[in-house]
Amino acid sequence: MSDLKATPDSPDSLGTHGARRRTALSCMAWAGAGVLWTLSGGVPGSTLLGAAQAAQTDSRAFSFVQISDSHIGFSKDPNLDPASTLQEAIGKIQTMPARPAFMIHTGDISHLSKPGEFDTATQIIGTAGLDVHYVPGEHDVLVDNGGSYFERFAKPRDTKWYSFDQGGVHFIGLVNVIDLHGGGLGFLGDEQLAWLQQDLKSRSSSTPIVVFAHIPLWSLYPAWGWATDDSSRALALMKRFGSVTVLNGHVHQVAQKVEGEISFYTALSTAFPQPAPGTAAGPGPMKVPADTLRTLLGVRAVNYVPGNSELALLDTRLAV
Amino acid sequence: MNTPMKRRIPGVLALLTCAVLLASGPCVYATDAASTTVVIDNFAFNPPKLSIKAGTTVRWENHDDMPHLVISDKTPREFASKPLDSGDSFSQTFTKPGTYSYFCSMHPRMTGVVIVK
Repeated sequence: MSDLKATPDSPDSLGTHGARRRTALSCMAWAGAGVLWTLSGGVPGSTLLGAAQAAQTDSRAFSFVQISDSHIGFSKDPNLDPASTLQEAIGKIQTMPARPAFMIHTGDISHLSKPGEFDTATQIIGTAGLDVHYVPGEHDVLVDNGGSYFERFAKPRDTKWYSFDQGGVHFIGLVNVIDLHGGGLGFLGDEQLAWLQQDLKSRSSSTPIVVFAHIPLWSLYPAWGWATDDSSRALALMKRFGSVTVLNGHVHQVAQKVEGEISFYTALSTAFPQPAPGTAAGPGPMKVPADTLRTLLGVRAVNYVPGNSELALLDTRLAV
Repeated sequence: MNTPMKRRIPGVLALLTCAVLLASGPCVYATDAASTTVVIDNFAFNPPKLSIKAGTTVRWENHDDMPHLVISDKTPREFASKPLDSGDSFSQTFTKPGTYSYFCSMHPRMTGVVIVK
């Protein structure tokens, strides 16, 4: 994976696959359904998700949901009230055909790390009735080097970064928004990487791995800070595993890349969209019309079926 | 030093605010010093490179629709703003000649330098 950072993606290299995906998504948006992504042998493909297929699950299978970039406290064009769109996102989760086992939030819960913003977010997210595993975004660690975030969101047994197991899948939550260096990108640091090495050491290579962190762990668009300085060191530790899925936020849009056995995905925001890499002067909020906003926000369900060594991703938009 | 202030507060008001702040800390709005402004917009400091005379006050104004910070590169930090939301500003008076590099700790690709002569 060491070549990953050496060959950063240009916007174009999001590629024909991404273009096809966007086309599929827009079609599905029109049809009022979703796209089911399956990962098999490192090559993703897409099929339509129908009610029958959604219900067709192995009894040992489970799903979880990813939400991201809720930015509670933001109040500008194109979204004066991200609390309401977060509530709508939770509504989508509540009506999913299969109840998710848990939720992950890939950061930027708040806009300015204010206690009231965290309170509002957790109150709304709590209405899903799911266990939630958080990782911070850079907007969540503005106070006390993240101290107030970790006091609130870290679970008693966990350090800043943590792992847990569910149904045979090993989940790892990483922190890449602390101690950032001038001129740099997202950053994991030696201490976290040493922990990761230890954490993975005892796992068999057939264990499916799901890694989640706020800033992309791949070079999506470094010019806009959409990459992590030392992610190649983390990815090298995962190279021996047969199935690795990396879930990130930060960029407020769905992007993806497959590198060997590692599949990378970024998620939609529940607050506002950001432009595709390089298509605007900067990565700030896209000022889309009010009637378009909800078609660019959403939640993600990830389905795992034991024995298939497949993870299926389903992105659902708040409106079609 | 890092009291966020709304944009375009008239100088008199700024001085009044300054007088109030004297009770709690040193004042950056020295009347006999020149001042200059760095605008934060579109995830960039403008101008990114600034040359000033010792004693000049630099004021960073966030015109962007996302929050940013102004953090010195040195450890320990020579200066550090609080999070600057849209419309907030941060001022720092540079009294000693030298090169002061800084960045936004939320978006570290955003960098700037103040050269004090």
